[in-house]
Amino acid sequence: MVGIKTATVEAAAPRSTPTLNGVLRLAGWLAVTVVVVVGLWQFAGMGWISALLLAVFIASTLLYWGSYLTKRIARAVLAIFIVASGVFFMVRLLPGNPVDVYIAKLTAEGVPYEDAAAQAAAFYSFDPGTPMWQQYLDYLWGLVNGDFGTTLSHIPVLEKIGHHLPWTLFSVGLALIISVAIGLLLGMVMAYRRGGLIDHSVSAIGSTLHAIPNYLLALIIVVIGGVQLRLFSLSDIRGTYTAGQEPGFSLVFLQDALYHASLPILAYVLTTVGTWALIMKASTTQALGEDYVMVARARGLGGGRIGAMYVGRNAVLPLVAQIATQAGFVVGGAIFVEIIFAYNGIGYALYNALNDRDYSLIQGLLLIITITVVFANLLADLSYGLLDPRIRTSGKEVDS
Amino acid sequence: MSALAPTPGIPRHGLFYRLTRNKVGVAGFVIVGLLLLMTVLAPLFLDSTIPGDAQATWQAPSADHWLGTDNAGKDVLHQTLLGGGTVIYVGLGAAAITTLIAVVLGSLAAYLRGPIDSFLLQTTDIVMTVPQIVLLAVLGSFFQLTSPTVLALLIGCLSWPILMRSIRAQVLSLKEREFVEAAKLLDLGTSRVVFVEIVPNMAGYILINFIIAVTNAIYALVGMYVLGLAPLAGANWGIMIRKAWTYGAMSLPEGTLFMMAPVAMIALLQLGLIMLTRSLEEVFNPRLSEG
Repeated sequence: MVGIKTATVEAAAPRSTPTLNGVLRLAGWLAVTVVVVVGLWQFAGMGWISALLLAVFIASTLLYWGSYLTKRIARAVLAIFIVASGVFFMVRLLPGNPVDVYIAKLTAEGVPYEDAAAQAAAFYSFDPGTPMWQQYLDYLWGLVNGDFGTTLSHIPVLEKIGHHLPWTLFSVGLALIISVAIGLLLGMVMAYRRGGLIDHSVSAIGSTLHAIPNYLLALIIVVIGGVQLRLFSLSDIRGTYTAGQEPGFSLVFLQDALYHASLPILAYVLTTVGTWALIMKASTTQALGEDYVMVARARGLGGGRIGAMYVGRNAVLPLVAQIATQAGFVVGGAIFVEIIFAYNGIGYALYNALNDRDYSLIQGLLLIITITVVFANLLADLSYGLLDPRIRTSGKEVDS
Repeated sequence: MSALAPTPGIPRHGLFYRLTRNKVGVAGFVIVGLLLLMTVLAPLFLDSTIPGDAQATWQAPSADHWLGTDNAGKDVLHQTLLGGGTVIYVGLGAAAITTLIAVVLGSLAAYLRGPIDSFLLQTTDIVMTVPQIVLLAVLGSFFQLTSPTVLALLIGCLSWPILMRSIRAQVLSLKEREFVEAAKLLDLGTSRVVFVEIVPNMAGYILINFIIAVTNAIYALVGMYVLGLAPLAGANWGIMIRKAWTYGAMSLPEGTLFMMAPVAMIALLQLGLIMLTRSLEEVFNPRLSEG
């Protein structure tokens, strides 16, 4: 199974509720982030990405100074910086780099070299006459100001990404929530009734579905559900919403968006729910054997309270840690699934950009995907700190 | 009778007994064994060029063509039987590279600690932020990845960080044992202590993770083929799916088998590999099955 780790959770005295302090701190963090983002973006005229990064940085240093989170965020910024640099040099130093190819293509069409170079510079937002290090600094400065260049169809890259990213976040996020919720419940039931019918059948079905790559499951859904059984019309369900629908926050549109997202979500959920259930089963089984559970039973507490407060809260920790490591995998796998269902998300956009050799768009998409994964990791870390008091108090990272 | 019954928990039987104790694992061995056998034997008996017949495209299953024919009139059954070679070769190759890098870096990082350890951990952190499938897709479109060996190398070099971290965690606990202490006192040298004394103790763990790495590599590889990011030369399961997809085989009743046969093969191979790790776990970690 991809990345099932048996993370050992040492016996921790269960905390009945997350401390008020922790909740307030997280709320404060969110508030400061939002205020600073809006301030920098709307009033200081910064690009939204740099505004977001800066805001997260300011809010974290203000409210989590000295905790492991500051270190974590510094690392996240470093990762984004390295990926940005890697993409820059990859595009320019590869054999047959896109800029030369583009200039060659234009000159072959009869455009004078100077004009061709100027057009290429406009596309890739750099001036071929300047030295490499200056191009690099210009590129980084552009990124900080939210300038990612323009696509081959003359749309700013960020605007283009803005059309696609919400759909991926919507479908993948919803799928993750559904999958984790079902997996959590199934896992707990499996652990409570170990060796029972539910345990065996969920284990068998879950690991079978997990073994099948998600894009092949998507193909199977299309062929069997769409063509053989005609459960849905393939031409209707393609895309992110029905043509002619007006995007907006109306019930009709939401319904339509859900209808179009249902097949990708089905593919994601079916392939991942078994893994979540197995992880949850393992950690619940372990939590059930702890002394404090026995003490809680001896105190005569109700089964529901023990299940939720003593077993569940401790058993869910490894699951949260897994969500962080799976974020990249889920976003990566979305490329394949989105193409099969022609779902107009970020993977579909990347696929088209790769086919069109639209390098500034590829560059931008790679960066956005990285930032999404980094941000998901950060969110998981924040909630992890909220769930596990040991991380808050010890003030340093738990060594994996 | 009951007095003579052997006490549970102590292995009394040989390797074969423990390998065959788990029924799911045995089924996995059988599936993977049959698929490997098929891949090795098929080129010896079948014409690997698979002649097409332009008069007989999209045929329904018949006595001549058990699974029908594809868009170029090629026999689907032949393609399916012959199509495992590249997939299995790249899967094994990429997994071997991943496992090698992860074991070497992971065990050295845990044994040496200090700046090397923290540098390697930072590196894995950064490599893990870029989804490897995305990077693979981008690199696949920049370079012409014509050779399966290059594909295996690329997939192998991109997917080691997660395994490296768990190997590191294993070595961290192993290196506190007495035999490691003894080896250090004998002044056997870092590489000898790490690779001769410590690593063999993780053989089972490494083998199981190697097989999981094979399934991940096949996932990435077939995904590249389905996207059309790897060259469509020759015939393998991934290319068959790609062709079936682009030629609209799924809307033709006769074409369904052309798409579903390779899908079934890949799913079966992945499932078989996952299933046989169950048996391996039984052998290397007998306590698991009692829990």
